[in-house]
Amino acid sequence: MVIRMRDPFAALLAVQRAMDNVMGNDWFGSRTAGSGAFPLVNVFNDGEDFVLVAELPGVKKEDLDIQVRGDTLRIQGKKTVASADNASVHRRERSAGQFDRTLTLPAQLDAAKVSADYRDGVLTLRLPRAESERPRTVAIN
Amino acid sequence: MAAQEVAPQEKKELPQAEERTEAGKFFSPYTDIHETPNTVVVSMEMPGVDKSSVDIRLDKGVLTVTGSIAPDRYESLKPIYTEYNVGNFVRTFTVSTKIDSASISAVMADGVLTINLAKAAEAVVKRITVS
Repeated sequence: MVIRMRDPFAALLAVQRAMDNVMGNDWFGSRTAGSGAFPLVNVFNDGEDFVLVAELPGVKKEDLDIQVRGDTLRIQGKKTVASADNASVHRRERSAGQFDRTLTLPAQLDAAKVSADYRDGVLTLRLPRAESERPRTVAIN
Repeated sequence: MAAQEVAPQEKKELPQAEERTEAGKFFSPYTDIHETPNTVVVSMEMPGVDKSSVDIRLDKGVLTVTGSIAPDRYESLKPIYTEYNVGNFVRTFTVSTKIDSASISAVMADGVLTINLAKAAEAVVKRITVS
């Protein structure tokens, strides 16, 4: 029998609950026109950085184009669904096509330091705030 | 031809038909099923699932596919805006064609799991040409 002292699913559970709590809030407010368009995104805070995660199953890395300018992020690309030529279709639930989503974040971004990771159909973008947006500690004389 | 836009698909959370011993959410992956003369191809969208976390079983004609996501991806991250939830994937199909269980192969690429189920010899349709 294996007794684990730390539940590996505790972190996942906490994230699922927290996501339920903030589902559909207006963090982007009226700033973004493309709210709810493909790809659906989750935004996290990691210290001073924003971390944006999007699920893009079936999208190839080379078919993804990400642009950052000022406080605006643009994700575009195409999603393909492979099918054999002489196959009969029993079930078709997956969607394919092109996508182009622009998001405006509530802070200026440091475009040079943005990093992207694409693995197992999940895109993770680390978006550091611009230097001008970072808080300054004011020393009291 | 005008380019087709991808419509966002909300993840289908599985209804709690039975109680699970494992906590957490389970989602039903979007699936395409194609049949070619010799194979049945099942492709499932399981974003965030590593190929080592996939479990495929074929037992008495019931195909069960489970994919677990790595929870550590979200460690130390604080959600501030969400449009979808995350969780493991599970889906079960009753396979109506006889399958050669020895020659099932599966490939995972960009979050899409493609399972090739080779039909058993007796299930392959024989074409008879009239001479």
